[in-house]
Amino acid sequence: MSEEVLRTEHVSKSFGRVTALRDASIQLGKGEVLGLLGDNGAGKSTLMKILTGFHKADSGKLYFQGKEIELRSVSHARALGIEPVYQDLALINELSVYRNMFLQREIMYGGVLRILNDGAMRERARDQLNQMGVNIPSVNVEISKLSGGQRQAIAVARSVYANAKVLLLDEPTAAMGVRESAIILNLIRRLKEKGEVSIIIVAHNYAHIFDVCDRVNLLQNGEITFDRRTRETSVEELMNLVLHELRRAKGDIRQS
Amino acid sequence: MPADKVDSLPPRQESARRLERHSLARRVGLFLLYSREASIAIAAVLLIIYFWSTAPGFLSISNVGNLAEYAATTAIIAAGEVMVIICAEVDLSAGMVYALAPFVMYFAHQAGVPFVPAILLALIAAALVGMINGFITVVLQIPSFITTLGTLFMINGFTLTISNGYPVQPKGTPLVTNIFGGNAISQILWAIGVTVLLQFMLVKTRWGLHTIATGGNPLGAAEVGVKIGRIKMGNFILCSVLGGLAGVLDAFRISSIDPLAGGTDIMFMAIASSVIGGTLLTGGSGTIIGAFLGAAVLGILKNGFTLSGVSAFTFDLILGAAILITMVINVRLSQLRAAGGKDE
Repeated sequence: MSEEVLRTEHVSKSFGRVTALRDASIQLGKGEVLGLLGDNGAGKSTLMKILTGFHKADSGKLYFQGKEIELRSVSHARALGIEPVYQDLALINELSVYRNMFLQREIMYGGVLRILNDGAMRERARDQLNQMGVNIPSVNVEISKLSGGQRQAIAVARSVYANAKVLLLDEPTAAMGVRESAIILNLIRRLKEKGEVSIIIVAHNYAHIFDVCDRVNLLQNGEITFDRRTRETSVEELMNLVLHELRRAKGDIRQS
Repeated sequence: MPADKVDSLPPRQESARRLERHSLARRVGLFLLYSREASIAIAAVLLIIYFWSTAPGFLSISNVGNLAEYAATTAIIAAGEVMVIICAEVDLSAGMVYALAPFVMYFAHQAGVPFVPAILLALIAAALVGMINGFITVVLQIPSFITTLGTLFMINGFTLTISNGYPVQPKGTPLVTNIFGGNAISQILWAIGVTVLLQFMLVKTRWGLHTIATGGNPLGAAEVGVKIGRIKMGNFILCSVLGGLAGVLDAFRISSIDPLAGGTDIMFMAIASSVIGGTLLTGGSGTIIGAFLGAAVLGILKNGFTLSGVSAFTFDLILGAAILITMVINVRLSQLRAAGGKDE
């Protein structure tokens, strides 16, 4: 594997008596795309929230670029280059694409009034989106005029532009049609070709994960039960694992 | 269907290209649809033509002066309201600050402070009210409608107490009086100045951008790092100060400070101007120029009806209908605008 960017070692987290995450160890190489699969309540979002600095793990270690770190907050994680892209996307519908991309990082002429340099922002946003192969009518259109896939792409592009080293995508293709999902999957492929950003994708859609991920991890009941390169496994193998787990769970219910 | 092909053929880009080839008529139509200020400007022009042809003396210099003085102070308060409304808040107390500020100026002057610093003191008092509004809304998390409803009554009571309920007469030097709203031209210049400055602030500065972001998607804006509390606080202060400024200007114009002036009446006119001008109460979208035009339209209506001999009762009836009609049109237009991007 190439240079390691992010690694967790035996991370556990409980909420009261519920153990959300048990002994989870994952690693992510530079430029690698890791898919995180698992049922609702398997611990995916808990793991993601630990990686974004939102939750603190009860035990276990976190390494970023080879060094052990402790994430103090979401903004601390973001300052390091760990950028979550949430489902609500944090985009402002009423603002244009380029103003959204530069929100809180505006290019300004300076002065007391902090006048915006729209020309420079427009140009850089256009460049960035072209480079990433994101197709939109113009960077001047309001976000509200874009489709779900395009919005997601803008949110990802914004994070990449913010110098993200690790992108955490939470259900990036949820509730999207084929065409919309294609926009996102293409974007992820592009980023993978460039190899500068590492990505963790949480998804329910097995086909999408196998389409773009280098490696897939399966979370079941708070534990990582499966970790393999997508090339060396198949949707069927994973399905069987999950079905087996389901049958076992049903068996448990019958026994009790 | 192959994904690459789909990505290279975004249907919207096609329609964007088609847009550029529209005929002139279609373009005018689109301009009216997309520019919120255009429709209200046209309404203003139509009203002027109507009253000019039906009410004798409507365009006489003295009447235009009257009209402008009336609309100017409303426009100044409306500019502040727009900023607050874009944050998805509202300031009901601005009209009471309008009444309070000139008294602060008057008493400061009585105590020996020259007029200009006394005016500054009045504006600082107004800013203080804005800070209280902001603090209660942002920190104590009370909806601004309730917050400013409370401060509305409190300020009114305070003004009545310090004035004993009696009006007073400010005796400014001719220069001070003329600069601070003593005549129609100075009033209009103040209103235009405030409108241009705030419109610029709204569309071209970071403060304006963050104001829109705060009202448009508070959670999202906060996630990105926009300090939405500070933005709201600042706009409450701005709105209050403009309320105070309007009060001071009118004090010199009327050369009398009445504790019962302004109040809910001018506050509602200011909010009505904002709404008629195209600012949405749901936040995230608004225009200061629109509010200025909205104030002008309300002024023209009121003045024109007075000249035509229509009673004040009828005026309120028409004002209410005008607000409802423009709101229905606004909502329809924004739905049309939203649909405009999705015509596949």
